[in-house]
Amino acid sequence: MNDTICAIATSVGNGAISIIRVSGEDAIEKVNSIFKGKDLTKVESHTINYGHIVDNDKVIDEVLVSVMKAPKTYTMEDVVEINTHGGIAPTNKVLQLLIKNGCRMAERGEFTKRAFLNGRIDLIEAEAVMDKINAQTDIQNELANNQLNGKVSNLINSLRDDMIQIISNINVNIDYPEYDDVDIITNEIMIPKINNLEEKITKILKESKNGKLIKDGIKTSIIGKPNVGKSSLLNELLEEDKAIVTEIAGTTRDIVEGQININGILLNIIDTAGIRETNDIVESIGVEKSIKMMEESDLVLFMLNNNEELTDDIKALLNKLENKNYIIIINKTDLEDKLDLTNLNINKDYIVRTSIKNHQGIDELKNKIIDLFNIKEIETKDPTYLSNSRSIGLLEQCLNDVKDVKEGINNGETIDMIEIDIRNIWEKLGQINGTSYEDELLDEMFKRFCLGK
Amino acid sequence: MDYEIIVVGGGHAGCEAAYASAYKGHKTLLMTSNIKNIADMPCNPHIGGSAKGIVVREIDALGGIMGKVADKTHCQIKMLNSAKGVAVQSLRAQGDKITYPKEMLNTLNSLDSLTIQEGMVEDLIVEDNKVKGIILEDGTKITSNIVILTTGTYLKADILVGETRTRKGPHGERPSNHLSDKLRDYGFNIIRLKTGTPQRIAKDSIDYSKLKIEKGDDKYLTFSFDLEPQYKIEEQLPCYLTYTNERTHKIIMDNLNKSSMYGAIEGKLGIGPRYCPSIEDKVNRFKDKERHQLFIEPESRYYDDMYLQGFSTSMPPEIQEQMVHSLAGLENAKILKYGYAIEYDAIYPTQLKFSLETKILENLFTAGQINGTSGYEEAACQGLMAGINATLKLEGKEPLVLKRSDAYIGVLIDDLITKGIRDPYRLLTSRAEFRLILRSDNADLRLRRIGASVGMIDDERLEKLNIKEQKIDELKEFLKVNKLKITPEVKEQFINNNIEVPTATLSLEQLLKRPEITIEFLSSLIDIPFTDEIKEQVSIQLKYEGYINKALKEAEKMLKLEKKKIPSDINYDDIKNIASEARQKLKEVRPETIAQAIRISGVNPADISILSVYLRKEYPNND
Repeated sequence: MNDTICAIATSVGNGAISIIRVSGEDAIEKVNSIFKGKDLTKVESHTINYGHIVDNDKVIDEVLVSVMKAPKTYTMEDVVEINTHGGIAPTNKVLQLLIKNGCRMAERGEFTKRAFLNGRIDLIEAEAVMDKINAQTDIQNELANNQLNGKVSNLINSLRDDMIQIISNINVNIDYPEYDDVDIITNEIMIPKINNLEEKITKILKESKNGKLIKDGIKTSIIGKPNVGKSSLLNELLEEDKAIVTEIAGTTRDIVEGQININGILLNIIDTAGIRETNDIVESIGVEKSIKMMEESDLVLFMLNNNEELTDDIKALLNKLENKNYIIIINKTDLEDKLDLTNLNINKDYIVRTSIKNHQGIDELKNKIIDLFNIKEIETKDPTYLSNSRSIGLLEQCLNDVKDVKEGINNGETIDMIEIDIRNIWEKLGQINGTSYEDELLDEMFKRFCLGK
Repeated sequence: MDYEIIVVGGGHAGCEAAYASAYKGHKTLLMTSNIKNIADMPCNPHIGGSAKGIVVREIDALGGIMGKVADKTHCQIKMLNSAKGVAVQSLRAQGDKITYPKEMLNTLNSLDSLTIQEGMVEDLIVEDNKVKGIILEDGTKITSNIVILTTGTYLKADILVGETRTRKGPHGERPSNHLSDKLRDYGFNIIRLKTGTPQRIAKDSIDYSKLKIEKGDDKYLTFSFDLEPQYKIEEQLPCYLTYTNERTHKIIMDNLNKSSMYGAIEGKLGIGPRYCPSIEDKVNRFKDKERHQLFIEPESRYYDDMYLQGFSTSMPPEIQEQMVHSLAGLENAKILKYGYAIEYDAIYPTQLKFSLETKILENLFTAGQINGTSGYEEAACQGLMAGINATLKLEGKEPLVLKRSDAYIGVLIDDLITKGIRDPYRLLTSRAEFRLILRSDNADLRLRRIGASVGMIDDERLEKLNIKEQKIDELKEFLKVNKLKITPEVKEQFINNNIEVPTATLSLEQLLKRPEITIEFLSSLIDIPFTDEIKEQVSIQLKYEGYINKALKEAEKMLKLEKKKIPSDINYDDIKNIASEARQKLKEVRPETIAQAIRISGVNPADISILSVYLRKEYPNND
């Protein structure tokens, strides 16, 4: 067994209780050494035990302790869960006590990593658990649940079944060339099947992209000159939304300035360093930096001052919006109209007029965002789709292969060639749900679970 | 030592093994129970067939003899799957059951270092888990450095007809009664398999007017890369096609319990090939099929038997009479030999190394049906590989292991020792994941150099290959450099052939890459001074470049995993939480690489992940 690790398993906040999970070889002994009540080393597995956590003789908290012995536990190791009273102070104190007694603070995702390494869950499930841990909205959570329950796998499997039927039919034709016992696969049989597959994959992909939005949120940048009202807008949006997480550093992503929950979809306002600086020392907009931010964003909120004429800098930036999701926010509508947007190649549907100072136009802005990303549609649907980039990437490759199949058929290629692409599709679908082994998957895993140290 | 290598069994595997060993100059003994049955074809008269035809080409490319002997003796030859594309095209000949064995014997007799001797082998000389020779039924011991067993169906062979079980081999030959028990004593896992054969019909008792005729191709074809065609197109013998009908099916269903396989013989029976079911099986399992195809094929130019392909059965003779006479064209047929099923012992093939040496006894190699395969070609290619690897072992060299992306032979051997078998193993194109690379047309380009490196291909043949490769490069350059001017005459040719007229002057290469333009068409417009063989090769390489590259990319992926070695000292019991079925399979097969481990049935991707993690942790310097 591995060394004993511990971590607060519930979210840190002001809930009624918090749970500290301990897993590993000495989990029961370690907890027992700070527990006053029954001797935990002697209790039955899968029991809940009342008692107190003590530091020497000083009572830290009144707790319920669940003792679960290997292998029927989440990690397949001995696991103890301590239900403490909520509140960061007592929970932290218990955690510190465990560490003092020789437990190690778990790394991010380490319980799941152990569950995977010990063979309790497969990689796809592990991926889903990681998503679930990181879930911040209800829809995110449901998406992860669907992945965890194998709904995604079923979907992929049904596509694979369609493929294997075609493949086996082709192979029988090839291996028994002179027998007429099996129908010969012709283009007339194959084309509708391939079209059907293309349709299904396209649909999953479209929905999966939404799924990714649900999971990762919409990377949003606010672009505009100093003083145009960027920080006011940010504050206003954050003000509206009570469930705020501010100044959190994403794991590998950019600094997220703030997150806004719109109908369950997160807007991640990215690296807008400077927005919050009250004294704008820099007068210029910083064209290069803005372009870079726009390129990285899923959504650009481009703020213009109603009271100013357009400068060349701004015009140049506006021209770069063409292939992006963007909303033009014309702020300071309470002041005199000096802005002229004619002759600019921008979509008038995505212009919002605001006076942030007077709290005007914020709802309209939110509605535009909902429009732009079909958020309404996403919200009401049963979210069963692929939600991580690896899977989506593979499915996109499948779609390319489907196109190759169709092109091959159109070019009159022989069936042995066509079958290569069909087999590729089947193989890649298998990689998505872990039915085919792929070495890259392991590399991905090493990245996510920092294995091998 | 009496001999360096002893080969036990003179079937298709034994012939190739003995040939390879003796060709390389090793003192070799071929033991057979009956010299008359050397290279016998006791079942169907085909050499080649889907996938198998490619194997015959591969055997030839590596320096084996099956292709040449078939080329010199067959009654008919054709290219299968010609409409389905170059990746799956495969040659099939109707062999001649008289001249094929004769020609094979002549070939073997031409080798100075080969002795052929009759005798029944019943045991091996074994010391310290090493084989040192053979023991005949009269107790005679013959010593050798290496023994290759190619016993075919002769280990405890039982012929099954109706309710009778008779201990004998094909043609009523005596089987070996003790060798498989001895092998079991030495530690081998012995399995029992079954196969079957249909009736032979007297040629002149068939009403050909009711049958559809199936001719050989009207284009000259050879298995061998070294031989000019040895036959005349117009002298090929035809095959015929007939069908089962409602009456046939009724006779079979009414008498099903009289078939050995359907309860007439009590007790557990050997496992028959899924890919070659008996007619009882076909009719019983596919009740909604109104008819099944049957091919009537000549067995030889020199005798009267016609082979009734697709009608294999273990019904008693009187029912077989009824069944045969229910067929169109065979109403008055005279049955010369009844169909039968045959049961025999084999060793479970996961007990072999990639070299076909057994893991259990050193210096013992096995090849052919004893390893659980069915088919002449499957046997021959294993015989060749076992023969080559036996000589390499004698010479102190590394064994020759063909990968799945090198040859169908590599696919077959890897399947056998990695996946084991459920029923007699037949090669199928669908077993090869890289079949676009493993084509019939490029077997020499893939394998001749390998054959030369192990001493099976002489300088003359190697030089021929060098020239061919050079010509291929020259033609590619020629097509790149030369452009087709669209003159009015040329334009007319395009229009006449219903091909879109190019709007610009394009290189021949660019034109050839268009799906509708063939090299033959281009040759009719402009002189391309190369042989048809070179033209065909270059045309395939250019036309299918995109697909070939895709296949190569996939092959590379596999080769990458093939490089991830699993240390031979690994203890699978030390890996926690690997599924118990997977653990057992891994312990049994002991895969050498991750790629091989992936292919083991019962080992799931999750198990592979855990294994890989374990390897990275425990053997950090392994890769």
